[in-house]
Amino acid sequence: MSGAGMRAWLLTDTPRSRGQARAAALYQGWLAFRSNPLAMVGLAILILLLAVAAFAPLIAPHDPFVQDLGNRLKPLGTPGHPLGTDSLGRDILSRLIYGSRITLYIVTLVALIAPIAGLIVGTVAGYLGGWVDMVLMRITDIFLAFPRLVLALAFVAALGAGIENAVLAISLTAWPPYARIARAETLTIRKSDFISAIRLQGAGPIRIVTRHIWPLCISSLIVRVTLDMAGIILAAAGLGFLGLGAQPPSPEWGAMISEGRRFILDHWWVATMPGLAIFTVSLGFNLLGDGLRDVLDPKNET
Amino acid sequence: MTDLLDVKDLWVRFPTRTGVFDAVRGVSFRLGRERLGIVGESGSGKSMTGRAILRLIRPPGQVEAAHIRLDGENLLDKTEAQMRKIRGERISMVMQDPKFSLNPVMTVGEQLIEAYRLHARGGKAQARVKALEMLEAVSIRDPERVMRAYPHEMSGGMGQRIMIAMMLLPDPDLLIADEPTSALDVSVQGQVLQILDRLVQDRGMGLVFISHDLNLVAQFCDRVLIMYAGRVVETCEAARLHEASHPYTRGLLNSLPRFDAPQGRLEVLRRDPAWAETPSVGPDP
Amino acid sequence: MSALSFQNLDVWFGDGHDRVDAVRNASFEVAPGESFGLVGESGSGKSTILRALTGLAPHWSGEMRVEGRALGHRRDRAFYKKVQMVFQDPYASLHPRQSVDQVLSESLHLHGFRDIEPRIERLLDDVGLGPAFRFRFPHQLSGGQRQRVAIARALAPEPSILLLDEPTSALDVSVQAEILNLLTDLRTEHRLTFLMVSHDLAVVAHMCERIAVMQAGEIVEVMGVDEMRAMRPSHPYTRTLLEASLGYRRKPSPAGPG
Repeated sequence: MSGAGMRAWLLTDTPRSRGQARAAALYQGWLAFRSNPLAMVGLAILILLLAVAAFAPLIAPHDPFVQDLGNRLKPLGTPGHPLGTDSLGRDILSRLIYGSRITLYIVTLVALIAPIAGLIVGTVAGYLGGWVDMVLMRITDIFLAFPRLVLALAFVAALGAGIENAVLAISLTAWPPYARIARAETLTIRKSDFISAIRLQGAGPIRIVTRHIWPLCISSLIVRVTLDMAGIILAAAGLGFLGLGAQPPSPEWGAMISEGRRFILDHWWVATMPGLAIFTVSLGFNLLGDGLRDVLDPKNET
Repeated sequence: MTDLLDVKDLWVRFPTRTGVFDAVRGVSFRLGRERLGIVGESGSGKSMTGRAILRLIRPPGQVEAAHIRLDGENLLDKTEAQMRKIRGERISMVMQDPKFSLNPVMTVGEQLIEAYRLHARGGKAQARVKALEMLEAVSIRDPERVMRAYPHEMSGGMGQRIMIAMMLLPDPDLLIADEPTSALDVSVQGQVLQILDRLVQDRGMGLVFISHDLNLVAQFCDRVLIMYAGRVVETCEAARLHEASHPYTRGLLNSLPRFDAPQGRLEVLRRDPAWAETPSVGPDP
Repeated sequence: MSALSFQNLDVWFGDGHDRVDAVRNASFEVAPGESFGLVGESGSGKSTILRALTGLAPHWSGEMRVEGRALGHRRDRAFYKKVQMVFQDPYASLHPRQSVDQVLSESLHLHGFRDIEPRIERLLDDVGLGPAFRFRFPHQLSGGQRQRVAIARALAPEPSILLLDEPTSALDVSVQAEILNLLTDLRTEHRLTFLMVSHDLAVVAHMCERIAVMQAGEIVEVMGVDEMRAMRPSHPYTRTLLEASLGYRRKPSPAGPG
C-alpha cells in the first residue's frame, strides 16, 4: 500500500476488521501523542537512554573499570576524558554510559513487578469487596508502612547487598500505591452500566476483572509508573549512595554520586555528572508520563 | 422597544486536531424586555450562544461577532475586569444542575452573601437581609434553615430555586437560563418555572431560555429561535410555533410522541444537509 | 401464565438503621407479549424493580416469577437467555475499550452460540446498523448508534422479555423517535414482552399498553394507557403527575402587592 493509502487506512472511521480497528486506534493514539512537543522530548530522552545502554561497548571511549591513578580527578574537557575522571582515574563518561544499563535494569524490573502486583491486588479487592477487600487492603497498608531504606537495610542484612536485592526492596515498597489506584478505579468502574450489562450476559468475576476492568485500569497505571520512575531511579541511587545497592566498582549512578561526595567542593563534576544523568532520565520519564496521560485518558470522556 | 440585547453575526470556533469546528455560525437576534427561547438538539450551538454572550468561552475557543450589544454597549470591547462587573450585575446565568453549579463546601447563606457583596456595597448584615428576602421571593418557606444548610442537603427543585435566588440577587437586567428545569422532576419543574416567570415579570427583565424541549419553550416564552448545526433555522412567535414552516422544526414537532393521541410509528426526522448550509435567519429588520 | 409476576416485593439498601426502602410491597403482573410501563419520578423505585429482577439488587423479599418460575437470590444462564436489559445512558452502557464487534462476540460466546459471524451480522442488521459500524469503538458512535448497539447486545441471546430502563431519555428528540420505532418493530418481529421504565408519560403512552404509577417506592395505581390518555386517574398522585406532564401553564398573577 502506498504511503497515502496506508495513512487513510489507519485514519478511517469505518474499520473493516479487528486488526484494522486495533491498528487504527494505536496510530491515532500515536498522532495525539506526537502533537505534544514536551512528550516527544521525553520520548527522545528515553530512546537515547535505550540506545546508550544497548550500544554501550561501542560508544564508551574507555573501559569503565580501568583505574589510572596518575590521572585522578581530571576536570571537564580534558582531552580523552570529556567529563573528567573520578578519584580512581576512571573515565566518568564511560562509567555513565555503562551505568545506564544498570539504571535501565532496575527501572525495568521494578516497572514490571510493582504495577502488576498492585493491579492484581487492587482489582481483586475492589471487585470482590467484603472481607477479601479488607484483608488485602490491610496487607497493602502494612507494606505501605515500610520506609524503603529500612526495608532495604533489612534485606541487605538478611541476603547480602547487591542490585537484585535493592530491586526487590524497591518493588516491595513500590507496589501499594498501585494497588490503591487500581482499587479506586475498580470501585468506580464496578458501578458502571457496562459492567452490569456484561453480568447480565452471564459473565463471571474472573472474566469481568481481567477483560473488562484491567484494560481500563492499565492506562492510569502506565501513567503512574512513568511518573514514579523518577522516584524509583532516585531510590535506587539512594540505595547505591548508601552502599546497599550496586557494589563497587559497578558504575551505578547513585554509587558514583556517593563516591564523588568527598570531592564536591574542589572537583564538583565527579558527583554532579551522574546527578545530571539521573535528572535527565527522570525528567524524560516525567514528560513521557504526562504525554501518555493526555493520550490514554481522553477517550473515556465523551 | 429598545433592545436590551443585540447580537449580530456571532461565530464561535474551536480549533481541533482535525480542523476548526464551528459551534455557532453567524447567529443574530435581538431581545427586548421579553422572553426568548432558543431551542435545539445537542450540538446545535444553543448553549455556546449563551456562554458567548457572557464571554465565558476561553481560548482556544474563539468568539467573533459584528457586535454583542447590551443596552447599546458592545460586550466584545470590554476587558475581562469590566466583564466581571457585568456578569451578575447586568447579566446572570442559571444552569442545568444545581448539584454542579452550587459550591458544595460553602453553605447556601455564604454563597448568597458572596453573590450580593460582589456587586453591591454593603456590610454582611445587609447582605444577609437581602439574601433572606430573595429566598422568600423564590418561595422557600424556611429561609433561615436553608441559609445554614449545604447544597447537598437540598433537593433538586430547592437547589435550582437557590440558584435562581443567587443569580437574581444583584438585580440583573438579563437572565440566561440554560436548561434550568431539565434535571428536575416533572412535578417540580412547574413550581420552578412559576417562580422564574413571576420574578422575570416583576423585575422587567429580559430572559433567554435555552432548552431542548420545544413544547416547554413554546409555552413559557414569547418568541422562539430554533437552532440547528450552529445556525438559526427559524424564528417565530411562541404562540404560533405549530404553524412553523421550516422542515427541521416541523420534523421535530412531528417526531415527538403525543400524549393525547396514539400513533403507530413516530415520524422520523430526515436531515437535509442543506439546513446546515443556508445562512442563519436573522432578526426581523 | 404471566411473563413476569411480582408479589409483595420489598427492596432495600443498607442494614439496620441505615436501611433505605427503595421499593415497598410492589405487586403486578405482565402478560406475555405485553408492553408494560413503570412510571414515576426520581426516587420512586421504578428502576430498582428492574435491578431486583435482574439480580443486581442484593436485598429483597417477596416473590418474583419469570414465566412461572420463582427467582432466588442468584440468576443462572437460563435466566439471562430469557430476560435482557437495555440501560438508560448509552454513554455508560458500552465498554469504552471494546469495539461493537467485541461486545457482540462476547455476548454470543457467553451464551454458548458457535455461529458467531452470521449472528453478529444479523443483529447489526436488525437494529439498523450496517457492517460499517462493526469495528467502531463507542467514542466513534453517536448516542443513538450506541443505544442501537446496546439493543443488539440485549437481543443476542434471543430473549423473550426485554427490560428497558429509560431507553431514550438521554437521547435527542429526533433520535428518540428512531429508537422508539426500532423497539416497536423489534417487539412485533420477535414477539417480545416489554417492561419499560420511564418518567416521560408521552413516551410511555406511545409504547405501552398498561402502566403502574409509583411514588416513594409504592405502586399507587395500575391503569391502562387509554385511561391515562383520557385523564381518568383514580389516585390523586397520578392526577398530579398527569397534569404536570401536560406542560407549563402560566398562572395569572395575583392582583396587588405580595
